[in-house]
Amino acid sequence: MLSKKPGRRLSTGNKSVILYGGKSKGLRKGFFGSTMIKKVKAIVLRAAGINCDLETQFALELADAKAERIHINRLIENKAMLSEYQILVFPGGFSYGDDVAAGKIMANQVVNHLIEAVRKFIDDGKLVLGFCNGFQVLVKAGLLPGSDSDVQPAAPGAAAATQNDEKDLTITYNDSGKYEDRWVYLQSQKTKSVFIEPDRQIYLPVAHGEGKIVVRNAEMLEKLKQNNLIAFKYVDERGQEGPFPINPNGSIESIAGLVDATGRVMGMMPHPERFVRLTQHPRWTRLKDKTEADGMIIFNNAVKYVKEHF
Amino acid sequence: MKQWRFEVFNKPEFADVHGNGVLESIREVGIGGIEAVQSARVFLIEAEFDTDFAHRVAKEILTDAVCEQYYIGRSKPPAGLAKATLIEVHLKSGVTDPVAESVVKAIADIGQKADNVRTARKYLLLGELNTRQIETIAKKVLANDCIEDVVIGNEAEPPAPHLKPYQLKIVHLPIRELTDEQLVALSGEKDLFLNLIEMQTIQNYFRKADRDPTDIELESLAQTWSEHCVHKTMKSSVDMTIDGKNIHYNNLLKETVFKATKQLNKPWCISVFEDNAGVVEFDEESAVCFKVETHNHPSALDPYGGAATGIGGVIRDPMGTGLGARPIANTDIFCFGEPDTKLEDIPKGVLHPRRIMKGVVSGVRDYGNRMGIPTINGAVYFDNRYMANPLVFCGNIGIMDKNKCFKHPQTGSLIIVVGGRTGRDGIHGATFSSGQMTHEHETIFSHAVQIGNAITEKKTLDCLLEANKAGLYEAITDCGAGGLSSAVGEMGAELGAEVELEKVPLKYTGLNYTEIWISEAQERMVIAVRPENLESIMKIFADENVEATVIGKFTDDKKLKLRYDDQSVGELDMEFLHNGVPKYSRKATWKSTDFVEPNLPQKDNYTEDLLKILSSYNVASKEWIIRQYDHEVQGASVIKPLTGITNDGPSDAAVIRPKYTSDRGLAVSCGMNPLYGDIDPYWMALAGIDEAIRNIVCVGGRFDRIALLDNFCWGNCARPETLGQLVLASQACFDGAIAYGAPFISGKDSLNNEFECEDGSRIAIPPTLLISAMSPVGDINKCVTMDVKKPANILFVVGLTKNELGGSHYYKIHNQVGANVPKVDLETGPKIAAKISEAVEKGLVASCHDCSEGGLAVALAEMAFAGGYGIEADLRGLPKSADCLRNDVQLFSESNSRFIVEVEMANFDAFAKLFLNLPFGQVGKVIAARKLVIKSYDGRAIVDAELDALKKAWQKTFDWK
Repeated sequence: MLSKKPGRRLSTGNKSVILYGGKSKGLRKGFFGSTMIKKVKAIVLRAAGINCDLETQFALELADAKAERIHINRLIENKAMLSEYQILVFPGGFSYGDDVAAGKIMANQVVNHLIEAVRKFIDDGKLVLGFCNGFQVLVKAGLLPGSDSDVQPAAPGAAAATQNDEKDLTITYNDSGKYEDRWVYLQSQKTKSVFIEPDRQIYLPVAHGEGKIVVRNAEMLEKLKQNNLIAFKYVDERGQEGPFPINPNGSIESIAGLVDATGRVMGMMPHPERFVRLTQHPRWTRLKDKTEADGMIIFNNAVKYVKEHF
Repeated sequence: MKQWRFEVFNKPEFADVHGNGVLESIREVGIGGIEAVQSARVFLIEAEFDTDFAHRVAKEILTDAVCEQYYIGRSKPPAGLAKATLIEVHLKSGVTDPVAESVVKAIADIGQKADNVRTARKYLLLGELNTRQIETIAKKVLANDCIEDVVIGNEAEPPAPHLKPYQLKIVHLPIRELTDEQLVALSGEKDLFLNLIEMQTIQNYFRKADRDPTDIELESLAQTWSEHCVHKTMKSSVDMTIDGKNIHYNNLLKETVFKATKQLNKPWCISVFEDNAGVVEFDEESAVCFKVETHNHPSALDPYGGAATGIGGVIRDPMGTGLGARPIANTDIFCFGEPDTKLEDIPKGVLHPRRIMKGVVSGVRDYGNRMGIPTINGAVYFDNRYMANPLVFCGNIGIMDKNKCFKHPQTGSLIIVVGGRTGRDGIHGATFSSGQMTHEHETIFSHAVQIGNAITEKKTLDCLLEANKAGLYEAITDCGAGGLSSAVGEMGAELGAEVELEKVPLKYTGLNYTEIWISEAQERMVIAVRPENLESIMKIFADENVEATVIGKFTDDKKLKLRYDDQSVGELDMEFLHNGVPKYSRKATWKSTDFVEPNLPQKDNYTEDLLKILSSYNVASKEWIIRQYDHEVQGASVIKPLTGITNDGPSDAAVIRPKYTSDRGLAVSCGMNPLYGDIDPYWMALAGIDEAIRNIVCVGGRFDRIALLDNFCWGNCARPETLGQLVLASQACFDGAIAYGAPFISGKDSLNNEFECEDGSRIAIPPTLLISAMSPVGDINKCVTMDVKKPANILFVVGLTKNELGGSHYYKIHNQVGANVPKVDLETGPKIAAKISEAVEKGLVASCHDCSEGGLAVALAEMAFAGGYGIEADLRGLPKSADCLRNDVQLFSESNSRFIVEVEMANFDAFAKLFLNLPFGQVGKVIAARKLVIKSYDGRAIVDAELDALKKAWQKTFDWK
């Protein structure tokens, strides 16, 4: 792939940034003229019907980012504001009621108004995350799993084509035919994801009615595997794939999340922002010795990556 | 204008989930012989774009390229399908169509304007069907007459709703000269649901004013004076005869439920029985408010829409309390007929209980989930007397700043309506819900059904919270029952208000001024804004595409003045509108029931009985419902509705952490026991209170801060014996609140839950009182759940088991009612609950579960299979009354104020010390073996079952797809 190197204008990862990250003032030094940031800034994109924005903001703040909830209308009015942020999150919810199909209307809005700005954001080496409805938006807007054309700046008018004709993967209704809220085990796969290391098992809730990933054909599935674009699979406690409810929606190959070729754009059906503290675990009253809330892994790694590279 | 028709189908290689669901429902109504159902989505779009653009619309908006394909125009079924039936379901004109609204937006995003969008569903039924079966499928499965039209065969779709513009015509109703009979006739003809005395009162008012009322004046009075809005029955004076003894209440509500709150006078009660929800302190900075409403009649006609607007409506109560709260939790409690009722046993005009249940659950699910509010607590009860009158209780809790709990509308402030547009939906909802249902209600009151659009409400909420933070409005209330009429009327009650009705934004033209005024269209809020803040607040709404319109202003003349196009269409004194409703005096009687205790044969082993109770509708797992609700959105959940080693045991209460940065929690629970009400509504009500409080303290809620809510659902209280039941339950609310020190902070009643069948016979619901409770949790890290935690831990039972099987589930499975209804010891009950709360707070409790439906045996079974460890229990340790000798009584009695508590050996002494002067005993221990063994006094095992068998029995009942 002709992907531009991630972090092409990044600093060389001064470790002191991590130690003092976000707390110390006057850290605006850095090697080779690059600017180290005082505080990692994240944008949590709102729209009518988005409803996981507050907890997503809180999770980012727990990870020591400064997170702002911004309505998509504001971003469309002022696309330049994206340059102030290093992490863009599409949170969960029911954007525009999931009318027509989950995430569809918001994806249409992204494709027709924001696609160039978001692609530039990605090309600048920054991070994009989508959870649940946000993942659906990323997929339906063609940002995940990303196509070969991703590396080219989108030409005006090319947006429509990326969204539709070329799309070989989508997210559709659960096999069960209904919305369900339940906890699932996830196994991170071998990818370039900056948000989690490979082969790690985490436990998170899903809550959706349209979370089943389907592909147009076998080639597409092969491409996902070959290019290491599968971020997470649904597994059981022992790490084995299996039928419902281990795989809660019937997703092909038990896919729970995808990452693009850069490793910096990731989307997933489960909700990491709902497990950022131990008392959110469904069995926390039985597990008093557990120390880490699994959802924080993703947020901490995102913030750490930005601190190391900007 | 060109009308485009798009059809969107699944590609054959992808499962048609919706079609498969329909197929299953068709089989459920007993029609076989269908091989498959294919579904398609239909979009009818009026727009000027060309064919190329139409294909863009189809590809980019309407179709998912991977799993769907589209057809522009009307597709024909594939050739060679001899036995195929085409059915299309269209929304009736004027019914809210959220998908259509989103499609208009999406088309604008790609650069064109659509003038009108409608959506429909098309079904191709493959299989042999006769005309009658097709009609049944259309009516019972695919469509609801109230809101949808069905087109069978490949015909033209219904015409687009192009209504004629409205021409102002002021209607006067000459009532001054009418006779009493004519007054009653007028009330009936106009669906006012006003009785003779009320009509006479209105007649006198206009005789004095020396003019006749306009239609809008009469309607305003009917709305404001409806049972739904003013609770005429609960506030009437009552002469009660209990077994021949007389008691008089001047105002039933004020002398029972209210009185307890007043007498308790808790400093943490901030605003009770005043606003849209009851408000209590949460912590130093914040308050929480709680409201529970019913939406019974609409849910009977249109279960999906009725329940959705039920939850949508109650969410607007906290949104409209004080200066507006942020909703943080939903609750829902339902009462249905039994799901396996045979079709031929369903009265005409009534939907099948299973259809009602599925529709209601989907409605609450879709609206609550879309709003992003977790549904954290609920219950479901079944009794065939709920068949024609299902009960749908929806609750909502909100959080707000303590200094924003009151509204202050002022003279000169502007009246702004925010959110949804006004249409014909929901007209006469308040009056309709106050009357009884008949088999003809389906057709007559279809307009009373309202359709919701959660996203409109959600974006309105987002903006209102922003405006509240900026302090840009001084009062807010929701448009609920009675629509603008109630909202503006209430907000301006002390001031006076002028409204220009032509300014109200409409969904479509053609509404007359009265329809605009009383429409109960959803998702509308009314706020009062100072003129100098107008620009700032309008920008907040415009920024997020929320419609807000100035429709009038508050005055100082204490009059309600209604205008349309500069002409006066109505003028009423606020005083008469709000305080003119005549006071009633009613008669109530109660005669103790003469149920007798059955004498069931004693058995050596009760395992079968236990399994049967676990499988019974009321006790069985409700996981099928709970998982369809998002109970974790907002990231605040601490104790979830399902708990235990495999996340599927039944929690007593939910706990949330409303503020991310604080360890303070909020416990939420409910209690309800309709089965006891047949024997004695007084003890039924106290059992509900005791149960709700038990659930709160089980998880770690504070005993000294419990706030209660009452929701009475009753039959027709014009009958003295029905009112007598209500009086007893109200008196119990007073006694219970005082004994437990738990004030009622809000409540609601829904009376006339009766159904008149075609043959004139009537079905009344059993008297049903829902008690909801909430209380703060000092530190969420100390909360406990009900699943047993570790083998060798000790199990205590706290509270006395008595010979109280009346109305129990044990009797129910043996088709008995019994007489010994569980009573509440108002001395000991509160002491036990307080000590449980203290024990949890002190960290002495490993798990705790209350004994309720099914008694001790069911509670032990639930704790064991939720925890994944067995229990060995010995009834010799059970604290019991002297008459509690039989094994079945000890196992299944539903005596109140009882808890099973798991305690680690290390905490044995400290725990025992806490309960020294209260009835408690060690009944057993947790064991590693996965079985439940309960031994009687002689050491014999009277229950002996594998955990898997118990759990399977409990789960199989609602193991629905």
